[in-house]
Formats: sequence, structure tokens, C-alpha cells
Amino acid sequence: MRIGVVTFPGTLDDRDASRAVKYAGAEAVSLWHGDADLKGVDAVILPGGFSYGDYLRCGAISRFAPVMTEIIAQANKGMPLLGICNGFQVLCEAHLLPGALTRNHELHFLCRDQTLKIENTTSAWTSNFKKGQEIVIPLKNGEGSFQCDDETLKALEDNNRIIARYVGENPNGSRNLIAGITNERGNVVGLMPHPEHAIDSLTGPSTDGLPFFTSVLNALVGK
Amino acid sequence: MGKIVVDVMLKPEILDPQGKAVAAALPRLGFSFATDVRQGKRFEITVDGDVTAAQIAEVEKAAEVLLANPVIETFTVRAE
Repeated sequence: MRIGVVTFPGTLDDRDASRAVKYAGAEAVSLWHGDADLKGVDAVILPGGFSYGDYLRCGAISRFAPVMTEIIAQANKGMPLLGICNGFQVLCEAHLLPGALTRNHELHFLCRDQTLKIENTTSAWTSNFKKGQEIVIPLKNGEGSFQCDDETLKALEDNNRIIARYVGENPNGSRNLIAGITNERGNVVGLMPHPEHAIDSLTGPSTDGLPFFTSVLNALVGK
Repeated sequence: MGKIVVDVMLKPEILDPQGKAVAAALPRLGFSFATDVRQGKRFEITVDGDVTAAQIAEVEKAAEVLLANPVIETFTVRAE
């Protein structure tokens, strides 16, 4: 299994995402934003960071990078695609996921270990979790408040498209405590917190993030 | 040289924490006039010669795909 990890100018977490892919037992393939070649990968991760310095809006310029044209085309055909933090923002800007990520409601940049409740265990990236399972992984962002209109929110709720919710106080003002969502097909997932930083107890608060990366291997074997 | 101005604002129903922070700072400085503040973005685009209707239409297209995110923002385009 070969999983591509995209590097944009300003991406921070590509190394950790590649490391998580290797921990899960797959091969990590580096993809460059300016290169439209996906090198035949089976799935793609858009990692966290501040691509293009978050200029204009987070993810707004990255969304038009040459690599994204091919990623969007493949995702629409069912290729598993995970956007973490800035990657989630890119997915919303690319309209692969609905809604938008806006400034945290208290304006502060947050960096802490966050408890999440897994709501959807049928997506390509969450099948190795149990429904209702609580996990602790890092949350670090300035613009992580998930916003969408009422109609979109209802569609997400009614169709089991909420991947995970924040447990406890709402950290950033996200509607319905949403930390992550998926598309109708379940192959595209956007997540604001960082599972790739929680795969080894030596370097993270837990190993709770690893199932995101092992789940996708099930999805690829099963196809 | 002509100038085209694009103003981008968050939709009224979208929370604007920056505007709220500005609204909270004003009274601390003795400015008591504001009941609400919304913060937006302004783009000034320079073109050769006088602004044409075709250029305005092009900028409107650009605003739709890049300058604004229609999911959360509205925009206006005008020549100045």
C-alpha cells in the first residue's frame, strides 16, 4: 500500500504524517504541490501546517496547486483522502467537503491534548475505531471553527457524516462540536485535530491516532 | 490606470471573532459609539486604462473562485 503525503510551501506536519503511515505498515510517498503526478499512490494525506502562509484564507491558494487537480479527480472516483488541520481547510476550499473553517471563537491559537468522541466508524479512515470511542490526540490551530449553514449541518448529522466531536467545552466554536467530517461516499475525511502526532507514547500523548492510518489499509484491501 | 475594488465580508450569520474583539476594544479606549463591528477584506486591483464592463465581469468571476469563499463570505465589485 502506497500512501502519498503532500508538501505545500508552509506545510509542517508532512514528516509526522509519513511516519504515521509507516507505523501503520504502509509505504509513505512524498508528493510535491507543484507536481501533478500522484506517483500511482493508493491514498493521499494533506497534512497540517500553514500552506502559502495562510494568505487570503487558509487553504485558499493551496487548493489550486497542480497536485490538487489530480487529487480532486481521484477523490471523486473514490480514492481515500485525509485532510488534517490545514489539509481539512484545503478540502473545504476545494469543495470536496462542505462548510468552512474559521477563526477560533476566542481568537487564540490553541495547542493542547484534546479528547474526541468517534462518531463514524464506516469511513475509509475510521473503520478501526469503535463507535463512541473516546480518544486523546493533539489539537493545534488558529482557524479550526467549523461553520456551515443549517441545511448542511442537518445533512451531515442525518447521514452519519460527523467523524468525531470534541468532548467537553467547545475549544473553537465549531458547530455541534464538530472536529471532523466525511463526504457522502466516506472516502474523503477532514479532521481538525492531529492523529499523526499521537502514534507513539514516546512522542505523543497516546497512540490513539494510529487507527486512522491503519483503517485506510482495510479500505484499500477491501476494494 | 483604472482601479477595481472588491470588498469581501463574512455573511451576517457567520461568527466574526475579530470584529467582536475590535468591538470590545473600542469602549476601553473611550469610543462608545459601536453596537457591533464586522471586519472584512478589501482588494484593490489595478488595470491598464479605464475599467471596462468586461473587466468587472472577469473580476466577479475571480472573486467567486478565489478572492471570496461563497460558503461563508459575500463580495461586491466596483470600479473606482
